[in-house]
Amino acid sequence: MSFVETFFNWDVFVSSFPLLLSGLRITLLLGVVSIIAGLVSGLFIALIRIYGARPLGIVAKVYTDIFRSIPILVLLIVVYYALPFVGLRLSPFMSAAVALTLVSGAYTAEIFRAGIEAIPSGQFEASQALGLGYRHMMVDVILPQAVRIVIPPLTNNCINVIKDTALASVVAMPDLLKQATQAQALEANPTPLIVAALMYVAILWPLVILVGRLEKSFRRGDR
Amino acid sequence: MAAIVSIKNLHKKFGTFTALAGISLDVAEGEVVCIIGPSGSGKSTLIRCINLLETYDYPGQVIVDGIIVERGRGLAAVRAEVGMVFQSFNLFPHMTVRKNIMLAPMRVRGESVATADAMATDLLQKVGIEEQADKYPAQLSGGQQQRVAIARALAMKPRVMLFDEPTSSLDPEVVGEVLEVMRDLAKSGVTMIVVTHEMGFARQVADRVIFMDEGQVIESGSPAEIFDHAKEQRTRDFLSAVLEH
Repeated sequence: MSFVETFFNWDVFVSSFPLLLSGLRITLLLGVVSIIAGLVSGLFIALIRIYGARPLGIVAKVYTDIFRSIPILVLLIVVYYALPFVGLRLSPFMSAAVALTLVSGAYTAEIFRAGIEAIPSGQFEASQALGLGYRHMMVDVILPQAVRIVIPPLTNNCINVIKDTALASVVAMPDLLKQATQAQALEANPTPLIVAALMYVAILWPLVILVGRLEKSFRRGDR
Repeated sequence: MAAIVSIKNLHKKFGTFTALAGISLDVAEGEVVCIIGPSGSGKSTLIRCINLLETYDYPGQVIVDGIIVERGRGLAAVRAEVGMVFQSFNLFPHMTVRKNIMLAPMRVRGESVATADAMATDLLQKVGIEEQADKYPAQLSGGQQQRVAIARALAMKPRVMLFDEPTSSLDPEVVGEVLEVMRDLAKSGVTMIVVTHEMGFARQVADRVIFMDEGQVIESGSPAEIFDHAKEQRTRDFLSAVLEH
């Protein structure tokens, strides 16, 4: 068998493509759900950590530390295989979404916190000295600067979440990787794996380039 | 003459460090007061208490234009009447020079875009950098940035201007252009309280010079009284140390 026939087999490609597309759809859905839930919970945790009462702030810090230390694969397996013993049985999709959100939320919280804390105190003082109220200070002065700082690392985090969705294939979720390995077993040919790999790259490469562009353009005009 | 700023028995501690140990000071409308003294003497803390960027301890009181400066609803209103220029400029880096100046008049005073814009043009002319209006702060020299900061504070038409070591982070060759703008302001009758290390400026421009050390006013008087005929040994020691080099 030739190299092309092995790795880029047209017939295998055609017959497995619908399966891969359905996997891709689930991968993207899982990614988007986890990213949005992670953003919301992350912002919430960051605000608690900066502005919340001290005990709450400590809880938020412990949360971010733990969920940045635990491997997502371990967390996913705990959620899927251990929680049923306490009566909590989640579907593969829910298990993966919960695990990814918990971890993404922890990273997102750290990104937001760093972004807000990176604004020099002089910006707050100048706003206050001019008589700006809290809302105008945040909306006109602080947040526009924080967003510039936060968007590149947030985009990076999105890339990581989408990559990590592939871990869900171990709990039998029919995502892109799972469909590819199944098609490969069925056809006894690695072409579906190659196509799946190319699909991941096709989705994520533009985001990687975007991060670079954003970092460059936000650095301009600053300072 | 009525005091526009009235400071009574002001105390401030940072932990165990006493920054202000009972300061009382009245500043009249139109007066230019320069505060000098060694670093750590409480000069900056004192003027930062005037618009409550620093809170002060009980008892003690700051009254600006008849209003007690304290936390609460009235604070933003008092702050709007007190302009402040910082050592590190603190311009808003994401806005053009013109937008920096227009922001507070529009948001706090409710001025229209057209009015605020005309005011910005006028003020930039006054501080001599109208051609920089559409640049960002990072594109300007330190001296130019500080002149924008002065224009930004003036745009609120404040009753009092506070200057917290306005030339201390500037390169020596641009200190003069900032002092020049401040000199013009003083001549135009703006009430000014200036914390500075520029003894030449204090001598020429101040109506009154205050020497502070260890959180207290050691001596105050006309420039001639302080610079030429200081009564206190501590004042003389400080002046001979800073004027020697």
